[in-house]
Amino acid sequence: MKFRIYRYDPDKDSQPRMQDYDVEMQPSDRMLLDALIRIKSVDDSLSLRRSCREGVCGSDAKNINGKNGLACITRLSDLKEPVELRPLPGLPVIRDLIVDMTQFFKQYHSVKPYLVNNQPSPEKERRQSPAEREELDGLYECILCACCSTACPSFWWNPDKFVGPAGLLQAYRFLADSRDEATSERLDNLEDPYRLFRCHSIMNCVDVCPKGLNPTRAIGKIKDLMVKRAV
Amino acid sequence: MVKRVVTGAHYGLKDWLAQRITALVMAVYVIVVVGILLACTPHSYEDWRALFAHQPMRIATLVFFLSLFWHAWIGMRDILMDYINPTGVRLGLEVAVVLVLAGYAVWVVQILWSL
Amino acid sequence: MAIPVRKFDAVIVGAGGAGMRASLQLAEAGFKVAVLSKVFPTRSHTVAAQGGIGAALGNMGEDSWMWHMYDTVKGSDWLGDQDAIEFLCREAPKVVIELEHFGMPFDRNADGTVYQRPFGGHMQNFGAGPAVQRSCCAADRTGHAMLHTLYQRNVRANTHFFVEWMALDLVRDASGQVLGVTAMEMETGEVSILHARAVLFATGGAGRIYSASTNAFINTGDGLGMAARAGIPLEDMEFWQFHPTGVAGAGVLITEGVRGEGGYLLNKNGERFMERYAPNAKDLASRDVVSRAMATEIKEGRGCGPDGDYLLLKLDHLGVDLIEDKLPGIREIAKKFANVDPVKDPIPVVPTCHYQMGGIPTNYRGEVVAPQSGDPEVVVAGFYAAGECACASVHGANRLGTNSLTDLLVFGKASGDTMIRFLKENPGHKDLPKDAADKTSARLARLDSQQGGESVHEVGAEMRRIMQAHCGVFRFPDMLIEGVKKIKETAERVKRTQIGDKSKVFNTARVEALELDNLIEVAVATLVSAEARNESRGAHDRADHHQRDDVNWLKHTLWYKESSRLDYKPVHMKPLTVQSVEPKVRTY
Repeated sequence: MKFRIYRYDPDKDSQPRMQDYDVEMQPSDRMLLDALIRIKSVDDSLSLRRSCREGVCGSDAKNINGKNGLACITRLSDLKEPVELRPLPGLPVIRDLIVDMTQFFKQYHSVKPYLVNNQPSPEKERRQSPAEREELDGLYECILCACCSTACPSFWWNPDKFVGPAGLLQAYRFLADSRDEATSERLDNLEDPYRLFRCHSIMNCVDVCPKGLNPTRAIGKIKDLMVKRAV
Repeated sequence: MVKRVVTGAHYGLKDWLAQRITALVMAVYVIVVVGILLACTPHSYEDWRALFAHQPMRIATLVFFLSLFWHAWIGMRDILMDYINPTGVRLGLEVAVVLVLAGYAVWVVQILWSL
Repeated sequence: MAIPVRKFDAVIVGAGGAGMRASLQLAEAGFKVAVLSKVFPTRSHTVAAQGGIGAALGNMGEDSWMWHMYDTVKGSDWLGDQDAIEFLCREAPKVVIELEHFGMPFDRNADGTVYQRPFGGHMQNFGAGPAVQRSCCAADRTGHAMLHTLYQRNVRANTHFFVEWMALDLVRDASGQVLGVTAMEMETGEVSILHARAVLFATGGAGRIYSASTNAFINTGDGLGMAARAGIPLEDMEFWQFHPTGVAGAGVLITEGVRGEGGYLLNKNGERFMERYAPNAKDLASRDVVSRAMATEIKEGRGCGPDGDYLLLKLDHLGVDLIEDKLPGIREIAKKFANVDPVKDPIPVVPTCHYQMGGIPTNYRGEVVAPQSGDPEVVVAGFYAAGECACASVHGANRLGTNSLTDLLVFGKASGDTMIRFLKENPGHKDLPKDAADKTSARLARLDSQQGGESVHEVGAEMRRIMQAHCGVFRFPDMLIEGVKKIKETAERVKRTQIGDKSKVFNTARVEALELDNLIEVAVATLVSAEARNESRGAHDRADHHQRDDVNWLKHTLWYKESSRLDYKPVHMKPLTVQSVEPKVRTY
């Protein structure tokens, strides 16, 4: 099977290059990650991140034939050859398929991604109805793989100012939690022309999310909350 | 914790709402004008003049164009914010857009009230 | 070569459930704590846990921590230390409630309390049954929800993470006290000494010693390798849990929660065979029992598929609504990895290596203990371990489903608290020995200069093949003896691994070679310990001794790296406050 893979090692290369591989696959090689590991067994200089190999850890996001996705849950049989692999767009490349995700996580941290409830802790759990809990579905499942944010032109142009779809999805995860008390602070934190409003609803994030989540809808709901508060 | 990058006043929501409200105003105007034109189609230059001689029609048209310019201003500034990162250049371009749109607004008034 | 030294109050190696629960204790108490992780914290393998956290909250009906304790002791086949098990089960409800307060998105009951589902081996009334609903869950993504919640809480507490740093060796002084670790920043290849007053290992398991494993690639037993090289014994390494339901061919886990919610296993005749092996608990018997039953079905020709090498997990009768509500992740996995939609068709499954019951020996406070001058449990000053890499021992010879996440929370927190006490009583850093980084430097220099050596990939594959063939669900004496010989030969080859990539920048080839150094220690410990244990207990089933032998073998194994020596220590049969659970025949 044929692959074209982005290669760059700042220790050796002055410029990035595309390297061609033609590797014999075994019947057990079903996902793209299996193929990459087979390639690495031949050429150990190919660097990539991987861990759970089942789509829950979010390590192995990359640009696959032009579209962001997770290598471990992308079937080889669904890919057109040569399979062109590049690092996630819009983030600095450390080496080969490995990008520097500092900016992505900075934005995630900036939304205060933790429950805020300053009431004294009750002895038992804080009650939450099944309906209230259902509000968190489609939000808490995010694996922080960065497929969405690095597919978003607004994040490409303003990664330092625009929170990006992943961060905003998590911002809404806490806004939507019946146990969270910081709604007003959270909305203040986002009410500015860049942090939230760089989203122009082009839905690239929805298109690439490997977990089938919908950050655009969450962003819309944050805007609704702001309007409700203003009116 | 990462400190949030300060990016300006809290005008995100206001502009986002303004863009939607102006869009609504424009939509309503277009529907009304199309209705009028279907009801009594003007056939000559005189008919057209008569139509816009009504004060309410003039005001409505002015509101339409002001909405359009405001809408365009927010849209243009969004584009400039997206793509032009050097502050000086962006400011210059924003001023240019404002001047052009303001010029258009004056021109609209001139056209409507000189009929 | 001058190696930079960084000073902290405490260093935690590993940012999974146990590491981050401990770091939270330390960071919230105001200590300067460094948490090292090979991956961004939310990518740690806790993220893959599915079914739930065991705790006797009693939200679904009557339950008691004493019933939970009984089930855990019985599940462990009486090899678990009963003081630690009492501590685990008594603390469990508290840590689960805490986690809820941290923001964990648990599923809910109509009255707003945390929903709990049934799980294998959890029974009412001291094992008498029927099944009890004890597993607190967030759909089938409990580990994911828990790991993210813990990370989020650590963000709030300003914990200092060293992301993509790999710890390489333990630093001990002449008295044996642990003073820190050497570690490599993967992005730059730079090695540092992290000098600390207390070190916690929370490095997870080493399931990657087997070819078919539910474990992530990062589960390479780094903590165990480091501890073994530093002279610390490894406890009960012969006990590996084979999870009944790994997706056949892919190894990906299908939670026991599927059977908890009403799914069951079928052989090729469409027979629900677990009724024969465990008439009461059926498909919800303990994991070792179910895995053995499955292996027997396959061995006796009742497996499914053209090669008769898997069984079927049926859940379509649960209905699409329940599956979408409680098991959405499973549906996703089955579609991706098994090409079946479980709403319509059963999932092909096979017992797959899942969990390491043994590990670095600790007491129930999280302190690492090792024998010294006749006392089997002398605390190693400054050294702590928690989670899968530790052996407290709460899981004994077989872990109950849901008890791993409980273990992370309870012992993560307890070790954090114990470290806080130690830090308060022992202010000031002890001096580092002069040779603190010598071992590490020598290993790295050897790897960089190796000529005519072995391929990391090939030697690793050989190790996994040996473990899979010689030390699986059923163990045969001749295969074990041969396995020990082969794995020791492989260990010699590991000493000569060579990498082609010598770059300093994010060199994952070097990381994999260093990981293999750790894996091989675990593999040798496993085979040597298993070959010696002449009985069947929990997950260790020997063809030549099918019975448990409490007279000779009610004891913990201790394996030392030095000449692969074995030692034994007694099991703690006395709980902290309640009566002992006396050994009896284990049936489900």
